[in-house]
Amino acid sequence: MKILVCISNVPDTTSKINFINNSSKFDLTGVQFIIGPYDDYALARAIELKETIPGTTVTVLNIGLVETEPTIRKALAIGADDAIRVNAEPTDSHFVASQISFHAKGFDLVLMGRESIDYNSGVVHAIVGEMLGVPSVSPVMKLELDGAKAKLEREIEGGKETLEVNLPLVAGCQEPIAEWKIPNMRGIMSARTKPLKVVEATAVEQTAVLKKFELPPAKVAVKMINADNVSELVTLLKTEAKVL
Amino acid sequence: MNILVFLESGEGKIRKLSFEAVSYAYAMGGTVTAIALGSIDKTELESLGKYGATKVLHVADIRLNQSVIQAFASVLSKAMINENADILVLANSSLGTPVAAKVATKINGSLATNVVELPNTTSGFVVKRSIYTGKAFAFVELTKSKKVLAIKKNAAEAKVVGGTAQVVAYSVALDESVFDTKITSTEKATGEVLLPEAEIVVSGGRGMKGPEHWGPLEELAKTLHAATGCSKPVSDMGWRPHHEHVGQTGVKVAPQLYIAIGISGAIQHLAGVNSSKCIVVINKDADAPFFKAADYGIVGDAFEIIPKLTEAFKAIK
Repeated sequence: MKILVCISNVPDTTSKINFINNSSKFDLTGVQFIIGPYDDYALARAIELKETIPGTTVTVLNIGLVETEPTIRKALAIGADDAIRVNAEPTDSHFVASQISFHAKGFDLVLMGRESIDYNSGVVHAIVGEMLGVPSVSPVMKLELDGAKAKLEREIEGGKETLEVNLPLVAGCQEPIAEWKIPNMRGIMSARTKPLKVVEATAVEQTAVLKKFELPPAKVAVKMINADNVSELVTLLKTEAKVL
Repeated sequence: MNILVFLESGEGKIRKLSFEAVSYAYAMGGTVTAIALGSIDKTELESLGKYGATKVLHVADIRLNQSVIQAFASVLSKAMINENADILVLANSSLGTPVAAKVATKINGSLATNVVELPNTTSGFVVKRSIYTGKAFAFVELTKSKKVLAIKKNAAEAKVVGGTAQVVAYSVALDESVFDTKITSTEKATGEVLLPEAEIVVSGGRGMKGPEHWGPLEELAKTLHAATGCSKPVSDMGWRPHHEHVGQTGVKVAPQLYIAIGISGAIQHLAGVNSSKCIVVINKDADAPFFKAADYGIVGDAFEIIPKLTEAFKAIK
């Protein structure tokens, strides 16, 4: 079994988002980068499968510049066998999916998060599936393998679907597919020497161009209401906020 | 400009988010044709005329009563070509978003999801998307001649503008392989207001002290025709089902009114609610960070306040 796990390198979920250069560039000041939280679930499930199915290998793929290597090394420390970094900025879904598709051929299972938490497109898995001509399912909360078949649970609005799909398969993952894994000291040591191949991006036709960023308007101060006077809240919601 | 709108349905009814999609397409200008898949009542389809669709294509193939994404994408991409559509509009959802991605890839078009307002076409075709889980927006120019837009809730208001749409039976040849992915079962909460579509959401956090205390909160939600949500710790502890988890890694909601009870307001929870029009926070801790993100706040005991609030809402009905 060959598993490819695609990871994004994204700002920590507690990051304050700001832009510089006339709102054209993300402000890196004070921002910590992490493996995308959803990608982390995908990686954790891949490692679990590696531990239960003999002969399974897990390759990590990231599209990013050299700054993403600490994130890739962390994925190797968690238990992936080797890694590929496509040396390019992950500008948009179509570009990223094209790079993944180029490297995903020959893998039985291509896992990633349901979306990256920076651009939130939530479509890369579906585009990769389409480009490879294989099924794609997202967001997957449960993934069990039975030979060349996968049994999946997918979250839908207000419930879930159970699916049966033949491999190869692309899956966008989310909790509770697996518990996040924390690298141990041995993992961290061995990650330093695991193979990390750097390749240049394959040429892709551009379909979207980022023009600029914008922050939402600042929130006005909260209006406090006395706990003994909840009917005042109801009045304000009706007459001031006009949301009832 | 020809715009095709994909209508999502459940139990034979068109979903509300698809009305918004039709209104969005109508507001863009051009000819709006809607397309519905599976068994749906004709009068239900005709009613889409109200929101500005002139024609509704109906693919009444019973195999499409299940939301098989691959099959839906195949039908829509063929319909786009056959109908000479320039743009496909659909709603962001567990069905709409992957279908959008596959159609855009099949027709070699530009794709944008999480679109929050009408495109700006004064110079090129620029859409505004929500990014960083609602903490920012990006303006993106879509450069291909064919485009697929998946719109976020509230990108357009469902507005009545017309009358009855013409319903046309439509058939598309489907390769058997598009049904390779088998949906073996679907579990769905019935009769309740779905969280992602709700206009009012009432959420509870750890301050609710246990699943057995959810009754009054549910009563409040029922009074307001609201959906119930919860914080991550609450769903992690199994007090509430996972599909109720609102936040960065859960459901992102965009209601008119979000009422948070006993939720401290971790930044990951705020990321799931920051598109709400109005936020009410009820917490016994006056220093709870959630108050900073709220429009209205009450400091006090949730178990005393909830029943009083329910009564006050009932009183104005």
